Amino acid sequence: MEIIVFVKQVPDTESRIVVKDGKIDEEGINFILNPYDEFAVEEGLRLKEKFGGKVTAVTVGPERAISTLRKVLAMGVDDAILIKDDAGETYDPQRISKIISEFIKKEKIPFDILFFGKQAIGDDNMGVPAMVAEFLGLPQVTVVTKLEIDNGKGKAWREIEGASEVVEFKLPAVLSAQKGLNEPRYETLKGIMAAKKKEIRTVTLDELGLKELQNSISILKIEPPPPRPAGKILKGTPEEMVKELLNLLRNEAKVI
Amino acid sequence: MILVFVEHRDGKIRKGSFEVLSVAGKLGLGETHAVIVGKDVKTLGETLKDWADIIHCVENPLFENYSTTAFKKVVFEIAKRTNPDAILFSASSLGKDLAPRVTASLDSSFASDCTNIRIENGRLIATRPIYAGKAFLEIELRNKPYVLTLRPNIFPVENLSKSGKIEIESLEISEEDFGCKVVGIERAEEATLDVTEADIIVSGGRGMKGPENFALLRELCSILPNCAVGASRAAVDAGWIDHQHQVGQTGKVVSPNLYIAFGISGSIQHLAGMSGSKVIVAVNKDPEAPIFKVANYGLVADLFEIIPILKEELKKLY
Repeated sequence: MEIIVFVKQVPDTESRIVVKDGKIDEEGINFILNPYDEFAVEEGLRLKEKFGGKVTAVTVGPERAISTLRKVLAMGVDDAILIKDDAGETYDPQRISKIISEFIKKEKIPFDILFFGKQAIGDDNMGVPAMVAEFLGLPQVTVVTKLEIDNGKGKAWREIEGASEVVEFKLPAVLSAQKGLNEPRYETLKGIMAAKKKEIRTVTLDELGLKELQNSISILKIEPPPPRPAGKILKGTPEEMVKELLNLLRNEAKVI
Repeated sequence: MILVFVEHRDGKIRKGSFEVLSVAGKLGLGETHAVIVGKDVKTLGETLKDWADIIHCVENPLFENYSTTAFKKVVFEIAKRTNPDAILFSASSLGKDLAPRVTASLDSSFASDCTNIRIENGRLIATRPIYAGKAFLEIELRNKPYVLTLRPNIFPVENLSKSGKIEIESLEISEEDFGCKVVGIERAEEATLDVTEADIIVSGGRGMKGPENFALLRELCSILPNCAVGASRAAVDAGWIDHQHQVGQTGKVVSPNLYIAFGISGSIQHLAGMSGSKVIVAVNKDPEAPIFKVANYGLVADLFEIIPILKEELKKLY
């Protein structure tokens, strides 16, 4: 089973996002492996442990993303590749999908599954897996919480509103992982040591023939969310507070 | 002209699709065409006449269940025939799966989960939350047909009093177009409403103290109309409630009319996921809890004292 896992380095969830000069201020942000990508990496490793083969991790991003590749190498991934893109966060899934699809076509790394996290926390587009699947003409299952692979075919449980869809698909395919798919492993000390020594290959956009790649959207502005109005702290006994609350919800806010 | 992909489930048009149709009718890009796909959708198509000028019904027994690849082909073909300026979806689980694939097939531009869209000097401008709502991004989509998904529960449904015409579309489709297909749907044991679709969310955090106490929230929820139970990451990670209920940056981003937070302190990542709610109520013993900074109404109190009283008082109202 040959698996390529696509990972992204993102600000951690506890990071305060500060907008400075119309951009996200990276100062003080702690960058981590996108949490949903961890589930994809883990699932890739489990499939390899079951069927044999190889797990390759790929990221599209700046030089600093190498630390994220080191982390997944320490988790047990065999090989890691950085596709160097210094465009910064473009919030443009078309751009990233084209880079990934060209990479797959040019590099000709064999694969059965292209695995992604269901979304990168940050751009929150959920666009790249489906776009890559379309560019490469592959079946897709997104937001997967359970996966079974058998004999060139797969069955995946995909989270929808209040239920799961059971989806059958043929390999090779594109999958995206949701929380619940598995419990990702921690890196071992041995893994961390070994990961330090591994060579991480860099591929440039030039090598992929994408020097002239155009974005499909233009960023006009980035703003902090609108401030919420100052709230009221209710006073009194629990009975009094509840009565006052229901009165306010019904007559002032008009939501019940 | 705008093409709207209309979703249906259990023989009903989904509310999010009416929201999208309402936006399309007022955007200023001309006529609205709806496309509805299924085994037998003409009757459902009829119910869209007030919202769309043309309703493209694509019927085939093979379309009984969803398939990303086959449904993509349908939208692609209808787009080729009608040449829309924009294609709109609800940012539902289906919309989020299908819309980006349609974008790639047409090599156009995409914006997901939009909270505002407008036309300005002929340019389509979309606003969407990023970092789960810690910031808002405004973008111009460059390439037509612009593909957008709209966040549910943000846009009001308005009857547009159109008098739409039904067009039955024939389209060649074969088993080969179904590289992936839904073969079954497994519903949660109790029929629960998803937090993204609820008008009211009652949500519990670490202060709930254990899984058994989520029963209290379910009871409250059963009294309130169109209500769902939510949870903080702390409660989900403790195994007290399933991840489907998690609200926040690694859970769901929600925007109900009313969000009641019980025993949730309000970490940055939780606030990001729920501060788009119209009205927020916080119940917490700790007056310093960050949740009070976003709450419209705060109760510094023991939730276990508040919930029983609230339940009795709500029963008088509903």
